[in-house]
Order: sequence, then structure tokens, then C-alpha cells
Amino acid sequence: MRINRMTAVAGAFALVMAAAACGGDDSGSDTAASGIVGKAGSDKKLVFGVKADQPGLGLQTGSTYTGFDIEIAKIIAKGLGVPESGIEYKTTVSSNREPFIQQGQVDVVVATYTINDERKKVVNFGGPYYVAGQDLLVPVNSTITGPESLAGKKVCSVSGSTPAKRIQTEYKDAKLQQFDSYSKCVTALAGGQVDAVTTDDIILAGYAAQDQYAGKFKVVGKPFSSEPYGIGVKKEDSEGCNKINEILKAAAADGSYKAAWDNTLGKSGKPAPELDVTKLTNCS
Amino acid sequence: MDVFSDPTNFDVYVTGFLWILKLTAAGTVGALILGVLLAAMRVSPVPVLRGFGTTWVNTFRNTPLTLIIFFCYFGLFSTLGVKLSDDIDRNNYWLGVIGLSVYTAAFVCEAIRSGINTVPPGQAEAARAIGMSFFQTLTIIVLPQAARAVIAPLGSIFIALAKNSTIVGTIGLAESSNAMKELINANGDQVIAIFLVFAGTFAAVLIPTGYAFGWLANRMAVKR
Repeated sequence: MRINRMTAVAGAFALVMAAAACGGDDSGSDTAASGIVGKAGSDKKLVFGVKADQPGLGLQTGSTYTGFDIEIAKIIAKGLGVPESGIEYKTTVSSNREPFIQQGQVDVVVATYTINDERKKVVNFGGPYYVAGQDLLVPVNSTITGPESLAGKKVCSVSGSTPAKRIQTEYKDAKLQQFDSYSKCVTALAGGQVDAVTTDDIILAGYAAQDQYAGKFKVVGKPFSSEPYGIGVKKEDSEGCNKINEILKAAAADGSYKAAWDNTLGKSGKPAPELDVTKLTNCS
Repeated sequence: MDVFSDPTNFDVYVTGFLWILKLTAAGTVGALILGVLLAAMRVSPVPVLRGFGTTWVNTFRNTPLTLIIFFCYFGLFSTLGVKLSDDIDRNNYWLGVIGLSVYTAAFVCEAIRSGINTVPPGQAEAARAIGMSFFQTLTIIVLPQAARAVIAPLGSIFIALAKNSTIVGTIGLAESSNAMKELINANGDQVIAIFLVFAGTFAAVLIPTGYAFGWLANRMAVKR
């Protein structure tokens, strides 16, 4: 009995130490070759954090990734002098993007990443390369015309996401069903369990353009928020952030930005947006 | 702003753990009732009932809970149209309770069956000798003795049930793991603090629960 108690105490102590070690090691090790410009120059390799489950933006099929975010990642890599073979993609979900950047598991995040003040405290944003807005995906014959007509309707979004929160706080009459992925929401929409799916308009456009749902859904087209998509790098890396903005400017000028759109989301019929280079972030 | 100073964050936290409590409570009741019935079937003299009990245990004990909960939403509700409430959260809650009960009952059943094996065969033989039926033998003589032997293992099962309740988040109930995700998504700079608070709450409640079951098991044990 005594020995048991001793081991239990030792075990608990070890756990506490492990937890403390987890929290403590984010400040060291990134002094020398910190920025992405330095890493791209010396290694010719970069790790991009991208979404894997959003058709048209970042979709993984087998081991390849396709979509608008992926094309943007390729443009950034090219601008930094990294060949396409040097790009490694790593799947991120909404809640692990900041930790992945901080821990150095990814160098750059291009994953429908909305720039906001809370996130700016922990990461540095290049871009925005696109300004999305929250919108609704509904069946083609639906009577829903915008967020005002959602009262009593069932709306689906991803649990814990910004769009879900906006429905909860600003459109309280709507009934919110939350899943852990948009694919489940779209399945529920196809099955008639929910009346609408809500998130950023281009994510919805990506689903609407998918083969198996062609002609069944429509995007309402009345965005009710502004979600500037940024490119996340480490907080200290203002050099990398500035470089990303330069690359985006160049991409807007030489047409590679438009080509990236036309090859991916452009297929849904939506014309390429204008990349407003005057709105690029001030890297700090 | 600090994540801990915003009162709405506290609401999110409380709501999350209230759902966990409700899921655990209803799941425990459901799993106990089902589990005892299943155990009775598995020791009964009727082959059909024995087969049913065995199939249940082997099916649900070996299916991941995530799949069962997922099936409750997309199978029972979406496809078969089993609607338990008009309110989305209530509906998901009851679907979750069904999934948790069906799954946990398999483990409860096996714990009780092993408890039945600790009751000396002479007890059942004596009961039969004075003319009791199978049902009487089981409910008056065997199960009460078996129950006292399985308190500790049942404790483990119910602690697991409390933690498993977080899986109902996959069908959208705003339970604690969803609440944690929401807070982390909004406060990416304080991931570890948020995580420790949620994990700590579980530990703070469940460690004493474990000790309580241990104490009860010691007190109620049939001393032989």
C-alpha cells in the first residue's frame, strides 16, 4: 500500500512537470533562422498549413491538395524561391492554426484564415488575398433570402467557428445545429435535416460546385460579414509578412492571382475578384 | 483581453459541463437498466435471450463510440426519422443518451455477469431447492450479492461514461469539448490555459468519484 502511494505521487509529479514543460518551450530556439525568408533561402523547403476538407479552397484527395488556397500557397512559395517539390502541405483545422504556427510545425498558414485582432496578438498576417463574407447555402427552391429570414429555421455550421458564433449572438431566432465539419452540414442539408448551411461565401460556393451536389444548392449571395483572409506566419516574422505582401502585389500585377482563381473557384462561375493591394496589412 | 475575465466565456464553460452532467446522469440510468437486463438474459436458461445478450455485447462493445453516436444522428434521426424533440439541442441530447446507454450497457452487462460468477453456486442451488423460480433466484438471491461485488468496476465504467459524453459533441451538442474548441478558436494565444481548465474540471470531479466508489465497494463487499 505504501509503495503504491509513493508511485502515485511520483506519477502525478511527473505529469505536472510534463505539463509545465509543454507550456514553457515556445520562446527558445527561434532566434537564429526564424523567418520564412531565411528558411526558404537556406533549405528551399517550406511547410504550409492548409485546410483539407474544403472543396475549391483546400481539398485533400489521396496525397494531393487542390484549391484556391493551395494555388496561393504555390504563388508564395515561388516568390520566396521555393520549388514546387519543396512545398510540404500539412492539414490544419480552425482551432490548431495558431498553435501550429507558434510551435513551428508549419511555416505559413493559408487556410481560410480570417484576420482579426485576437489572432493578430499571436501571429503575423500577410494579405488579405481575398475578402470573404458569411453567407448561406440553401436548396435551390428554398424561400430563405438572407439572414433576416432565418427565424425558426435550422442553420448548420461548424462548432466553435466564427460563423456559428455570429448566428448565436446576432440571429438568435435561428436554430443552430453544429457539427465538427462542413461536410456533415452539407450532408444534413442534402437530407433535409437543416434548412441552411452558413459560413464564408467562397467555402459555400466550393460545396455548391461539387459534382454530387450540382444543381441542388445555391448560395444566397447576401454576405453579412467581412472576413479578410490572411496568410499567417510567426508573430516575430515581420520580414516574412512584408515579403508575402510584395509577392501578392506582384501576383496581382502579372495575372497569376487571376489564374489561381480561374483554375479553382472560378469554375463555379464566379468571376475573379480584384486583389486590392492598398488594403494589405501593415506588418508589425 | 484575457480569456478568463470575459463573463460570456464562463457561460460557455458552464453550459458545456452542464450538458456533460445531464448526459452522464441519463446515460448512467439508461446503461444500468439495459445492462442489468442484458446480464439477466446472458445467464438465463433461454437460448434466444442468451444469444441476443451475447450479440449485443459483442456488437456494441467492439464498435467505436464515435460511430455509434454518429449513427444515432445520421442513421436513426436523418434516415429513419426518429425525432425525439423539436428543439435541436434536446434532440441531439437524447440521441446522444441513446448512443451512450447502448454502448455503456455492454460493459455494465459484462461487469454484472462477472459479479454473478462471484456468488457461490450453492446460493442458487439452495434457492432452487426451496422452490424459487429462475426470476426469483436471480432478483432475490443472486443479483443483490453480485451487485455488491461489482461496485468498483461499475465505478470505472461510469467514470468512463462521463468522459465519453464529450463525444456527443460530434453531433453538435454544445458540451464541454465543443465549448473548449470554441474558446480556443477565439483565443488562440491561450490554448494551454484553456485546455488545463477543462481537463482539470474533469479530474477535479472524477478523481473524488473514483475514491467514493472505492470506499463504497469496501463497505458493501460481501466478506467471505
